[in-house]
Amino acid sequence: MENFSPVSASLGGAMIGLAAVWLMASVGRIAGISGILGGIFENNNNDKLWRFSFFLGLLISPHLIAMFDPSILSIKFTVQKPLLITAAVLVGIGTQLGSGCTSGHGVCGNALLSNRSIVATLIFMTTAIITVFVIKFTVGV
Amino acid sequence: MKISISCFLAGILFGGGLTLSQMINPEKVISFLNITGNWDPSLAFVMGAAVTVTFIGYHVVLKRKKPLLVDKFQLPSFKDIDTKLIFGASIFGIGWGIAGLCPGPALASLSFGGINSFIFAGTMTLTIFIFRYLSAKILES
Repeated sequence: MENFSPVSASLGGAMIGLAAVWLMASVGRIAGISGILGGIFENNNNDKLWRFSFFLGLLISPHLIAMFDPSILSIKFTVQKPLLITAAVLVGIGTQLGSGCTSGHGVCGNALLSNRSIVATLIFMTTAIITVFVIKFTVGV
Repeated sequence: MKISISCFLAGILFGGGLTLSQMINPEKVISFLNITGNWDPSLAFVMGAAVTVTFIGYHVVLKRKKPLLVDKFQLPSFKDIDTKLIFGASIFGIGWGIAGLCPGPALASLSFGGINSFIFAGTMTLTIFIFRYLSAKILES
């Protein structure tokens, strides 16, 4: 547990929460990334600008945090490209089929005490933990 | 314009939270999901803080008749726990477990995560586009 960072984790989590609250307070939307992204592909041009604005903020934001700690942007991927592509396809299909991801279900839906989100969160946490376990003993990360 | 700025700020806060909490780092996410290894519980604090802040904030915000900048709150109305939800959440969890990336961090890391970020975010976005396109086709027919 030498990398345990509860303070920055809690502060970061609180910022994510504030973002979700602000998005609801201002434009009445759930801050679910897979939903905001998927909606860009719907045939409704009046519904796209807010989504792109959100993503622009999302893209820039890491560099604002990096002004205080540049090392935070040195991230590390743990699998090779074929597995990365497989994972991306699974995340794409899974979030659309299940109507949400870590943010939509995991943060917003759970905060609304939605049964669907609570079930979804329990399921994706479980399958993710099992997957990491399986990969550890097969690929050996 | 107000809507765009508002969503941009929400994106900044959201991505700032993902960065500060290191959700953007696949290695950190994997070490959270790796409960039988050198477990790093930090991300439980991210989720815990995010849900707590959102729960309290939503409670205040949703007492209002409407959001500040638009006419109504858009909350999910569907309540059933169906096979789509269960199947989708399972698949998403497997993808998340393989790569250590969910949609928010995948997009937030685009400007500094190198080729791996591009591959993951690109594949995920393309998959979502194809999924939505095919779903719409199936609904039409």
